Amino acid sequence: MGCNRSVPDRRSERVIKAAILIQKWYRATMARIEMRRRYSLSIFRSIEYADEQDQLQLSKFFSFMLDHYTNLDSVSPISTSPTDPQVVGECLRITEFEEKIDVPDSYYGPRLSFPLTVGDANALIHAFRNKQRLHPHYVLQLLCETRRVLKLMPNITHLSTSYSKDITICGDLHGNLDDLLLIFYKNGVPSEQNRYVFNGDYVDRGKNSLEILIILFAFFLIYPNNISLNRGNHEDYLMNLRYGFTKEVSNKYKEHSTQILYLLQDVFSWLPLATIIDNKVLILHGGISDTTNLDFLKALERNKFVVFFLKLKSLLQPPKSVGGRHNQKEGISTTGLSKHTASKHDAGKTQHDSSLSSTEPSGSNLPAGPTQEEWKQILDVLWSDPRSQNGCKPNKSRGAGCYFGPDVTAKIFQRYNLKILIRSHEFKREGYDISHGGKVITIFSASNYYEEGSNRGAYIKLDPELIPRFVQFQSSNHTRRLNILERVGTIESSALKSLQELIYAHRSELISAFAQYDLNGTGCISVPDWAAAMESVLQLELPWRMLRPRLAQMNPDGQVDFMSCFYDLKMDQPIKEAQPALVETLCRYRKDLEIIFNIINKDNSGLISLEEFSQTWRLFTSHLGIDVQDDSFDKLVLSIDHNKDGHIDFNEFLEAFHFVHRVEEKANS
Amino acid sequence: MRFGYVLHLFSTAGSDALHPAGVCRRGPARARPGPRRYGDSAGGCHGGEGERRGDIGCIVRSLGCFPSEAELRELLAKLVEEVEDEEATRFIHMEKFLPVMTKVLLDRSYWPIREDVLLHAFEALDENKCGYITKEDLVKYLTEEGEPFTEEEMEEMLSIALDPETDTLHYRDYLSKLVVDETKIFPFHV
Repeated sequence: MGCNRSVPDRRSERVIKAAILIQKWYRATMARIEMRRRYSLSIFRSIEYADEQDQLQLSKFFSFMLDHYTNLDSVSPISTSPTDPQVVGECLRITEFEEKIDVPDSYYGPRLSFPLTVGDANALIHAFRNKQRLHPHYVLQLLCETRRVLKLMPNITHLSTSYSKDITICGDLHGNLDDLLLIFYKNGVPSEQNRYVFNGDYVDRGKNSLEILIILFAFFLIYPNNISLNRGNHEDYLMNLRYGFTKEVSNKYKEHSTQILYLLQDVFSWLPLATIIDNKVLILHGGISDTTNLDFLKALERNKFVVFFLKLKSLLQPPKSVGGRHNQKEGISTTGLSKHTASKHDAGKTQHDSSLSSTEPSGSNLPAGPTQEEWKQILDVLWSDPRSQNGCKPNKSRGAGCYFGPDVTAKIFQRYNLKILIRSHEFKREGYDISHGGKVITIFSASNYYEEGSNRGAYIKLDPELIPRFVQFQSSNHTRRLNILERVGTIESSALKSLQELIYAHRSELISAFAQYDLNGTGCISVPDWAAAMESVLQLELPWRMLRPRLAQMNPDGQVDFMSCFYDLKMDQPIKEAQPALVETLCRYRKDLEIIFNIINKDNSGLISLEEFSQTWRLFTSHLGIDVQDDSFDKLVLSIDHNKDGHIDFNEFLEAFHFVHRVEEKANS
Repeated sequence: MRFGYVLHLFSTAGSDALHPAGVCRRGPARARPGPRRYGDSAGGCHGGEGERRGDIGCIVRSLGCFPSEAELRELLAKLVEEVEDEEATRFIHMEKFLPVMTKVLLDRSYWPIREDVLLHAFEALDENKCGYITKEDLVKYLTEEGEPFTEEEMEEMLSIALDPETDTLHYRDYLSKLVVDETKIFPFHV
């Protein structure tokens, strides 16, 4: 008996051992792939936070410019404020568009007629699915109408569940039209029976921000009491300049983009700040702080808050006006800036509305601008993030709003008898997140936010008992589902590419940091030293040692050849006169410069005088504390002014400074 | 020399959001002795508080170790206190993890599997020695024997490994695909 059994036993024992081995190995391999995915997401998020810091620096620069640069003569005196009666007056009359902007017969896109019907909304969805463009005539009409109706809405919308089934709540969309269409497909379009709350950040980063706005506004006009559109921190002109919405509009509507953008600024300022359901569920974009006061928020004039980080008109207003300094936006959150301006303006003095007349000498007849307290309340509501530690601290990453802990949540909930806080504002890999013991829900509806495959989106179905249910989704360009190697590979290469560009932009600083560890000048340093140097310069809090194999080469002794960090990239340098250090600086601050020039260049010609260009550059570098040789810059500038007429096309100029990945170059050649 | 990596892995793993109850899809099974729970998010890349239980397996494996599920459970048992707190998330603190992990690395427990050993394992499943295993056999062995794969794990492996036309796994090619990929990327691969 025993002998007969032993052979099959031994074989099956081998099989079991083999299976275990394979399973062990496979799980370990998958764990490592998972790590790659996680560090890729870390990279994306760190870079995003660093970018937000740059944005903050930029706003400080504008204040700096305001204080030091007093002769902006060449700057167009036109106020950028949409509350300028001239601009406002123009827009109020819808019929103006019918006269001024013709819709040719050859236009086959949707033709809207007001009041809108569901047919119009469906036509828009159909058109955008087929990548059509809505004629600017209708865009402007739609925006005007939207503004008219939004003005009638209170700052905080109240909804009750008694009449309908579930209410659907969506978070950040960030221009991902595919996600909005997917939500409508899964959940139905908005209607009296199918109510929606959208929680801000409709625009920036994605490619179809404008289409999303158009669709949402259309539904809003059809069902103004059944769809709520909260404002997010990206519904703001300065953010749009940096994060892509302004560019999207300019590319899609070359002739009318200025008008559209002006009108949009106003529409954004009229978006309500929050929605409350059954007096128990508070929905707003960012979060709360320990001083959040809903009654205060209900009472203020929300349309005064056009741009969050800066009052643009104060930038262009000559500082010699009586009435004192302009009240910069920030409340208490950032340090240097508020201290700086506090000393320059009378406490409590309000912003005078300079748009009414630039020649007005005194501020006495002008309406009051927002107060410091009002700014703080709004910034807290639109920029704050929840954290697990108790307390309420200024939000250093964002530069506005707070980090609020569970104790803050509990306090506010008690004060207003709330049950749930639904907010968005933060990327979540699963599309949603629950914190503070179930009291705070984050909902994020932009799937594939960083890259194809980076994350899911989600929306909430809130039933009449106020119990939330989460529905996840992920839009995809591929017809078949990618396997995990492919998915992670895509995310990883995209993340590494961005990181490499950042590394290259800090080349000089990094080389000096490396050199400090390389006492013998061998060109190689230990891995811990390399990691320390990287972190000291870039300050991204990334797992450098894990990333090392992807970023730098190692020599046979186990030391890092630090110059190999820079092999994969080079700067496209069409201008021979430019010094490498200058080129590097221009590459690094390209985005900021683009924004600055756009703001100065108010007539939208894209041209700027050499004088303005040089002066701005000098101010910028001096503010940043960068030492750039004056004459090298002047030579560069002269070489760009091809037709020698004293003006340069700054967009063209800046386009020239970008990175080229060598691998791509080889592939493309 | 590897010990610094542990810290970095901690911060990487802690950077992701939590896994709230009710989420259906998850990656490969990790050592999770308790039921899934949700709690506070770790708040961004700066973990600091500790690692969730489920991530320990991920971390250990990323350090070049190849523990079995049983070995991971043992390891976790050393790390987790038997405190039944319903509300709190099961976090493991760095100060506790570091010495245990250091010992694992020094003792060379769960040491890597060499490619040729792996090949023998696949050959053991290939009864007819034809260089490939059919989908049915693969599924049978890996979901019924040893430490069985979950449905998700099996699906994921098949999506990378299977030749869709013949529904077979040519294991030599498969190994060369995955193993080469690894050595380029991870600093610890043997």
